[in-house]
Amino acid sequence: MRIEGHAICLPADIDTDLIIAGRYLRTKDRNIWATHVFEDLDPSLARKLKGAIIVAGKNFGCGSSREQAALALKEAGVAGIIAPTFARIFFRNAINNGIPLAEAELPCQSGEQVTIDLSSGMVQSGSCTRNIRPLSPDMLDILAAGGLVEWWRQRR
Amino acid sequence: MTTLSERILRAPAGEYVDRRVDRAYVHDGTGVLTLETLKALNSGEIAFPNRTYILFDHIIPANNSITAELQHELRDFACSGTLHFSDIGGGICHQLMSEGEALPGEIIVGADSHTCTLGAFGAFATGIGATDMAAIWASGSTWFRVPETIGIWLSGRLCGSSEAKDLALTYVSHLGMDGATYRALEFVGDGSTHLSMDSRLTLCNLAVETGAKTGMFYADSVTRRYLETFGQIITPQEPASSHYEQELGFELDDIVPVIAVPPRVDTVRPASDLCGIPLDQVFVGTCTNGRYEDLSRFASIVKGRKVKIRTIVAPASRMVLENAIRTGILSDIVNAGCTVIPPGCGPCLGAHMGVIGKGETCLSTSNRNFINRMGVGGEIYLSSVSTAAASSLAGEIALPGGDV
Repeated sequence: MRIEGHAICLPADIDTDLIIAGRYLRTKDRNIWATHVFEDLDPSLARKLKGAIIVAGKNFGCGSSREQAALALKEAGVAGIIAPTFARIFFRNAINNGIPLAEAELPCQSGEQVTIDLSSGMVQSGSCTRNIRPLSPDMLDILAAGGLVEWWRQRR
Repeated sequence: MTTLSERILRAPAGEYVDRRVDRAYVHDGTGVLTLETLKALNSGEIAFPNRTYILFDHIIPANNSITAELQHELRDFACSGTLHFSDIGGGICHQLMSEGEALPGEIIVGADSHTCTLGAFGAFATGIGATDMAAIWASGSTWFRVPETIGIWLSGRLCGSSEAKDLALTYVSHLGMDGATYRALEFVGDGSTHLSMDSRLTLCNLAVETGAKTGMFYADSVTRRYLETFGQIITPQEPASSHYEQELGFELDDIVPVIAVPPRVDTVRPASDLCGIPLDQVFVGTCTNGRYEDLSRFASIVKGRKVKIRTIVAPASRMVLENAIRTGILSDIVNAGCTVIPPGCGPCLGAHMGVIGKGETCLSTSNRNFINRMGVGGEIYLSSVSTAAASSLAGEIALPGGDV
């Protein structure tokens, strides 16, 4: 599984309130989450996420268990996320929604082409490559299926 | 020797295991997405309704017609089967699960990050998302990675106006917001055995603010006596001399009142450094500090006096509220000029009943002070109940009595 996209650089400790604020949670309209994603961090970011790979600092997705954070990123078109560490609930939520995650510390230059190769366990940006902490076989299967719901249907 | 997590999950740290879940709960916030996903998985069949809970606490009563519509659908589903359901006013999901439901040795999942609170009973209790929860409702089990454990050794006793919350913020500041990512915390040592269940629940509640999967105490005589009052008879867990990946130690007698300054939970300073910071609102409650012991402590400080700023008090559950009425402490709180709101999460997540405005400052006994969390442009300081009470009376950050 290989994903490419333009880099969006974000700092460490991005919490789920910053990804999608509590005031936008009570709806089933996923477009609302995509429109307001990262609003309290940088309102212009939502428009730049289509096809992007987020390259963030450590502890991405900390805080609340709200799955709308992962869904907002998915709906906004985020292709993958690279960070040295992820908060664990967000980590599971992202995989369950088919968002490829790579645990690696990669230097980030905004707009540069970034690659996540889950098959070989590498990420790349320009001339810089890094190994990623391997995902479990189940997690790789869920990602390959496009998310937990699709994976579940395939197994039943 | 094995850690408590390894004992309950029956595998060494680092291994991936599939395990049957003993209890699985959602609230009105995460339940909507869980139900939607469950319908996509299997048309809405719950495998084990007697282990499944839907507990309304986040926006109760509904604040607008969109919320009301979402709650209506979830309520209809909850009432259509035999699962456990608590409607508005019952209380915060974690608190309800702590009132005779969660038991030592169990595997408990909740679609809320503060599910780690229930580790206070010697259970493996952890927060998950809605999709994971839907799969658990459909199958009864899920995968876990058995966590490494950080041992937190406690000695001595809390004294003066210091509370478990001060210790909790202190350990969060030592570990940092990601210091325990993918790991579990175990609170051990002589100091841990003196702490009440309410204090243990507060300590475990903040585990997730260090990134931990859960925070745990061994079930002991304190746990046994507490659960007996709910008709549950348990056997205490024998502590083992576990192998910890990392260890921290705290002398409880040295813990002083502290405050987390905005916008990070791990930026903690002695409350004495912050005295005089003007406040617009004080909020006492939440899954961190809305229990009877908390309300009782708050009432003992404000009794017979008047608060200087708007002060919102939310009991964590109907049982806490009933006890506060029965013993008269609720009158003390109301007579001091506080506004009591229904048992639930209140304004903690900035949805209703105490949202703060741009430029306003709130001192809260909750567990998160992230940017804009309680309202756009507002700032949140986090403290103990005693510090909140003293500050409420002063109209600015103030030290609880006797601490100078």
